[in-house]
Amino acid sequence: MVIVDQIPDLVCPAGSLPALKAAVDNGADAVYFGFSNTTNARNFPGLNFDMDEAQQGVDYAHQKNCKVMLALNTYPQSENWPLWTQALQSAADLKLDAVIIADLGLLQYATQHHPDLSRHLSVQGSATNQYAIAFYYEQFKVKRVILPRVLSMTQVSNVVEATPIEVEVFGFGSLCVMVEGRCIMSSYVTGESPNTSGVCSPAHAVSWEETPNGRQSRLNNVLIDRYQPGEAAGYPTLCKGRFQTGDDIFYAIEEPTSLNVLEILPELVNIGVAAIKIEGRQRSPAYIAKVTGIFRTALDTYKANPDSYQPDPDWLQQLQRVSEGCSTTLGALHRPWQ
Amino acid sequence: MRISLGPIQYFWPAEKVYDFYEQVKTWPVDIVYLGENVCAKRREIKLDDWLRIATELTAAGKHVVLSTMVLLEADSELSRLKRICNNPSYPVEANDLSAVYLLKEVREFVAGPHINMYNSETIKLLSHLGAYRWVMPMELSAQTLQGLQESKPENIETEVFAYGHIPLSFSARCFTARKHNLPKDQCDFLCKQDDQGVALYTQENHKLFNINGIQLQSGIPCNLIGAIEQMRSLKVDVVRLSPQINGMASVVQMFRKAINKELTQTEIDVWLKKGTGNNEWCNGYWYGQPGMNWQKEA
Repeated sequence: MVIVDQIPDLVCPAGSLPALKAAVDNGADAVYFGFSNTTNARNFPGLNFDMDEAQQGVDYAHQKNCKVMLALNTYPQSENWPLWTQALQSAADLKLDAVIIADLGLLQYATQHHPDLSRHLSVQGSATNQYAIAFYYEQFKVKRVILPRVLSMTQVSNVVEATPIEVEVFGFGSLCVMVEGRCIMSSYVTGESPNTSGVCSPAHAVSWEETPNGRQSRLNNVLIDRYQPGEAAGYPTLCKGRFQTGDDIFYAIEEPTSLNVLEILPELVNIGVAAIKIEGRQRSPAYIAKVTGIFRTALDTYKANPDSYQPDPDWLQQLQRVSEGCSTTLGALHRPWQ
Repeated sequence: MRISLGPIQYFWPAEKVYDFYEQVKTWPVDIVYLGENVCAKRREIKLDDWLRIATELTAAGKHVVLSTMVLLEADSELSRLKRICNNPSYPVEANDLSAVYLLKEVREFVAGPHINMYNSETIKLLSHLGAYRWVMPMELSAQTLQGLQESKPENIETEVFAYGHIPLSFSARCFTARKHNLPKDQCDFLCKQDDQGVALYTQENHKLFNINGIQLQSGIPCNLIGAIEQMRSLKVDVVRLSPQINGMASVVQMFRKAINKELTQTEIDVWLKKGTGNNEWCNGYWYGQPGMNWQKEA
């Protein structure tokens, strides 16, 4: 019989105050948010927090025993460096539970100026192996690393075993098929990337058009996809377009699909993952409420009855309905890579 | 300004690699980066073979640097990385912080283009840990570089990627295998057939990306030959040319002449149109634009 002492923290996205409350109310152990500027990787119009909203969010979450973390996960450039250091000061003033950072210079600054503020290494820091993690730990005493979504279960397990710090993995949401922090496809086409501007395939570069060939989506005028009448159209993220090599037109890089780890939740718990992260600060409060609630139930169900855990078909169906392309995958986690 | 040849990004058969470096011995390049940095499965040329090439290139007067992988996951990959970092003879280019972890305070190293260095604080830190050169991330502009050049430590050299298909992203998935409907684990090393990658077009025939195994590159090569004077004024130390299968001897010659101020604008224009069998280029990143753009030099 399996005995589960500890289940991973459920870390949920908050793109707005209502979304933050939805996550807290539905069982998040921690929420993460960003300020309304380029200091975070969901720098989308109408999203994120000013200082006043952040304070309200922190008060709300802390009252309900939920931790709050700040995503500061883009790469500052010298001319706008103060924006990031100010955000760090705000994080300290708000008494946040952690800051999520990718940039080496900023990690060093945070270590020196805000030693008591817990530092988590962002997924944008591209740490995919134990030596890279050892580097971040040794230099900046990061408390937790968030792993890129490119590792197999065996590799995740090896990393957890080899590293002295907490390991967080993604559990649900949009799936980057590229190593995070190392993809500049978006700036190649639009001039803005996650690293520099906190955006991928930015909305202002998107255009839609109806043509005799069907509905077409473009990014900075580059044709990303063409849809037949009646075919569901998705957001034109570059890596999810249909492109051509030879005579084949297909999803040459990645199908539109979402990550969902509910089927392998027991393995993730048993190998000692410290936290499971839900992606999606750009999503609505209703979405956050649903996904958070299902993951809370799943984790608690597993803890209560580890031997008989099975993901409820109803959870899977509900998650599928809110997924990209209405389909989900285990991503790299189910690959046989050593 | 010196010229470097970056690591070969494609999976060329061993014979082709040996032939290539045989030619390089006679080319006017100063620095040669050697080794595989894209896919861990490409192991036809072993470390000892690379070291043999390195010895020959050194004898021919080149400075050799051993380049390392960008995406490291398995323990076996870390073991290979360790062997490269422990080699007694040549400096190493780190493309992941795992390599920096092994090299720091032990020996000088090059902080490669895949270490994210977007501000002077980061460059200072790497310099402090032992980096003697940094390669600017592909997506940064001349204007950003100017700020970094003014604030970086004096003893760290600056290198700029100036020619070749730009590495845009790396994945755990193999796009060459995907194109052939094969899983990565049974890829049959099909990327060996594509000595310059495989072009990926939009449905309007726009050459957008180039597939190279687990890496996606710019669909068209970058060419900053027109920006050499600007690089000189920005005190760039090294320009990096990324090996392509066609016309590399001509590319090296032209960059050497440009650095020596031996080219007129007309000569550059003519070469850009028909000098290498390619007539489509990009240079947008340098000018603060989308990377795929081509800006005619003022």
